[in-house]
Amino acid sequence: MNINYDQANKLLTFEITEEIDHCGVEKIKRRVDNEIERYIPQNVIFDFDQVSFMDSAGIGMLIGRYKVAKMLGSNMELINVKPNIRKIFEMSGIPKIIKINQGGVN
Amino acid sequence: MKTKYDNEMNLEILSKSCNEAFARIAVAAFVSGLDPTIEEISDIKTAVSEAVTNSIIHGYENSEGIIKINCKIDKRKIIIEISDTGKGIENIEIAKEPLYTTKPELERSGMGFTIMESFMDELKIESILGLGTKVTMMKTIKENTLD
Repeated sequence: MNINYDQANKLLTFEITEEIDHCGVEKIKRRVDNEIERYIPQNVIFDFDQVSFMDSAGIGMLIGRYKVAKMLGSNMELINVKPNIRKIFEMSGIPKIIKINQGGVN
Repeated sequence: MKTKYDNEMNLEILSKSCNEAFARIAVAAFVSGLDPTIEEISDIKTAVSEAVTNSIIHGYENSEGIIKINCKIDKRKIIIEISDTGKGIENIEIAKEPLYTTKPELERSGMGFTIMESFMDELKIESILGLGTKVTMMKTIKENTLD
């Protein structure tokens, strides 16, 4: 996972590069929570461009991070979500809670 | 191994979460001979990942156990059985409900069975409390019409 903080725009971006399953989410959770608590950004972006696989562990992980971000007053957005992963988001009602930017070309 | 199927494989893995990726990739590789689309492969991988994760978290509750994965191919149909000898499911109907989870503290979404059900053509769950759970999933891989 690559992490970038744009101070001028208070924008914290997590570029996830690993597959998201039960095995991998604990590490992602810890790192994301640490960074959000450190910067208290205005916007948090999860870039899914390099995520080739995600199962339901990703849903729980994102809802959990959304709660952390919201508690600290940050907005959260997902970008570059591939169709196979979008399908899982839609099934679980995630788009009703978390903004998914359709900007990706995948 | 004698079988009435066109192809068959058996896999036994320890209930370690780092084996989830191995399990879904092995099943995906096994069915690749049927020339599935990327979407079909993705659906199968996700369903396998959900079933294996259930065995690890719920069946064995993170203690050590064996998860058996049996895959069969019957013409264009793939039959995947994933079983554990863990604690079993008390009420399958409730467990299958979307968003139902017994482990919200682990940030589980309760979507596992819903995903298996929607991504595969058929899902059958058999479970006996104290003895274990077997999930059977079937999917027919469509004929690739581009050939």
